[in-house]
Amino acid sequence: MDLSIKPEYLQFREEVRSFLAQNLTDDLREAGRLATSVFHDVERSMAWQKILHKKGWVAPNWPKQYGGTGWDVVQRAIFAEESMKASAPAMIPMGLLMCGPCIIGYGTQAQKDYYLPRILSGEDLWCQGYSEPGSGSDLASLQTFAASDGDDYIVNGTKIWTTYAHFANKIFCLVRTDKEAKPQKGITFLLIDMTSPGIKVEPIIGLDGIREQNTVFFDNVRVPKANRIGNENDGWTVAKYLLMFERGGQEYAPALYAGLAQVKDIASKEAGSFGGPLIADTNFRRKLNELEIDIMALEFTENRIKSALGSGQNPGALASMTKILGTELSQRVTELAIEAVGVYGLPLQTDAIQPGAGLPFVGPEYALTAMPRYLNTRATTIYGGSNEVQRGIIAKLVLGL
Amino acid sequence: MNFDLSQEQKMLVDSIQKFLKNDYSFETRCKLANSSLGFSEENWKLFAELGWLGVALGSDYGGFGGSTEDIMLMHEALGRALVTEPILPTALLCGRLIELLGTEAQKKSLLPSLIQGELQLALAYNEAIARNNPAVVGCVAQREGDNYVISGKKIGVLNGHAASQLLVTARTAGDVRASAGISVFLVDAYAAGVERKPYQTVDGLRAAEIEFNGVEVTAAQRLGAEGDAFVALETVLDEACLALCAEAVGAMEVLYKTTIEYCKTRKQFGVPIGKFQALQFRMVDMFMLHEQAKSMIYQAALRAKDISTKEGRAKAREAISACKVYIGKAGRRIGQEAIQLHGGMGMTDELNVGHYFKRLTAIDALFGNVDYHLHRYDECVTASREIA
Repeated sequence: MDLSIKPEYLQFREEVRSFLAQNLTDDLREAGRLATSVFHDVERSMAWQKILHKKGWVAPNWPKQYGGTGWDVVQRAIFAEESMKASAPAMIPMGLLMCGPCIIGYGTQAQKDYYLPRILSGEDLWCQGYSEPGSGSDLASLQTFAASDGDDYIVNGTKIWTTYAHFANKIFCLVRTDKEAKPQKGITFLLIDMTSPGIKVEPIIGLDGIREQNTVFFDNVRVPKANRIGNENDGWTVAKYLLMFERGGQEYAPALYAGLAQVKDIASKEAGSFGGPLIADTNFRRKLNELEIDIMALEFTENRIKSALGSGQNPGALASMTKILGTELSQRVTELAIEAVGVYGLPLQTDAIQPGAGLPFVGPEYALTAMPRYLNTRATTIYGGSNEVQRGIIAKLVLGL
Repeated sequence: MNFDLSQEQKMLVDSIQKFLKNDYSFETRCKLANSSLGFSEENWKLFAELGWLGVALGSDYGGFGGSTEDIMLMHEALGRALVTEPILPTALLCGRLIELLGTEAQKKSLLPSLIQGELQLALAYNEAIARNNPAVVGCVAQREGDNYVISGKKIGVLNGHAASQLLVTARTAGDVRASAGISVFLVDAYAAGVERKPYQTVDGLRAAEIEFNGVEVTAAQRLGAEGDAFVALETVLDEACLALCAEAVGAMEVLYKTTIEYCKTRKQFGVPIGKFQALQFRMVDMFMLHEQAKSMIYQAALRAKDISTKEGRAKAREAISACKVYIGKAGRRIGQEAIQLHGGMGMTDELNVGHYFKRLTAIDALFGNVDYHLHRYDECVTASREIA
């Protein structure tokens, strides 16, 4: 066992740092700094994507032949960590992390040639059509129906919780093509143009007062069969492949430490109620230290995963638990942050946290994002397969219950 | 960064696991725990032959010269079988303290015989007023000519019942809570004025309360410079803490896996109870706590690598305290859940579950519990923040 970092990685880190220092403008950094969700300001995210694309660094986890970087798991982690530390706007994940890998895995050569470059360049902005009003955790029960009509499908139904559908020009959907088959068997993976006649997008305002999500209605939307990924009725396979692709890719600890560092910073500036700064308060410190230790445990679990991946092993059971642990810890971090800002968590000033807004606000700047983040972070244990679903998966697949 | 085991480490773990599987069943363990000595002298000799007693000790004296990693791997394996033989009190606490403080002559006279399995030792450091804090020493060693006279009372001395020699911390100078002025003496357990009250502990091990009533020792029985033992003392306690945490991780693994197996076979309402989601989620949490605890022990073992150096010590203290906090909490939760999920059977002496539960409960109380190490962790991070 060895905790030391190979010199080539140190060198790589320096290379990433200097690229970020040279290319991240203050305007872009502001978007990263003021972000209150995993989805950052769309305009600045796309602007940053163009810069990364030019450098060839936009899709670290794609195979090199399709425009990936050829980085190993450690380099990818270093890039993600440094980007976050530099407050770079996060890439919008639906195309680069979700739809792209599905096309790589199951698309035809023509589909790869057409869609992949457009995802990399940001010409296409994708959203994800999975959940429906009646199908959340039980995704396979989805009802949106694609009826065969010659070379086309006619799609009818409703998708919900569709993040950034109001910005996207494309949507990848799971639709039902066989109503008689078992739920998982009759599903097809379809790529749909958002400008198609019959699509209507309606906003959902989140409890943080921000429009991130939408409901997308499909009313007799005509979609060429050429837009199907994989075989008809085989969409579940594609969806599962995506889950596999995602697994073990994301590291939570760096962002959790960054969040905790902000909490410490706030607590050293805020006054404690009984003298001294808040950070000197015994009860607050105890929570802070316990949280830091719990994050440390996840950090080393993630290190163990990286080590296993690096030496060609399958991290298996370890990978399936990081979503649960990472999201639950992120909720504890944002919760401690609103405790730290106290009364300054209360002013409702959604407009002031928009990058470039330059509006006056109540209270210290460090308090601005605390409450919207706390509110938004409640979603992390719900989306991407709720943590209850994840526990169910571990119970079944790992513990054999 | 990698977490792969070396060839030697794999062999060490394999040899321990093989022995435990073949010769250390739960029934055997219970018999040993209830025997008059509390462990097997035959096993002790065998451990010596297999080299286990010298894993953490220097090769100059017949040891393996192992690292904190090796200590961790060995004790994680031992923890899976709740081994009662006193490797930790004798080889780690005392062996390492002799190695860190002793003169060449002291090391030569003690370490080879320890490693060969001919010596039982115990470290008497804890006191009722100290609550595990090694700097708090009320026991006094009064200098009288070439000799010292030791008076005071030590509590919770692990292996205190079997040790023929005791390492005793006593104050030769300073205030009762001062880390300076603490000395360590090697005391014959049968010397005049040594009064031992051995007892069995709830987890099937042995310890003793020991009173020193004007016990006379020579200056040659002092380990290290007078009044200068604290750093070495804290170092060996930290190494032992690491070993104990590793043992806990081994015990947690057995407990959560045993619980899962039980819930797969135990039927109620016509189905195995493991089919109930309310229980499944609790077992998933047990599984995750064990994995995270394992990550924490790796964290501690690797960050504590240079514990014996001045620079490495601060980092090691912080890492080990963080580990003890996590493992104290995880061990309690996994232990309590294992009993609840086993239902009435979990309450019996017959099943191994209760024995693992009691060992985990005891581990939290030893060398500082969750609160103790949260306090120390806080001191460590505050200090490193001030340096930064």
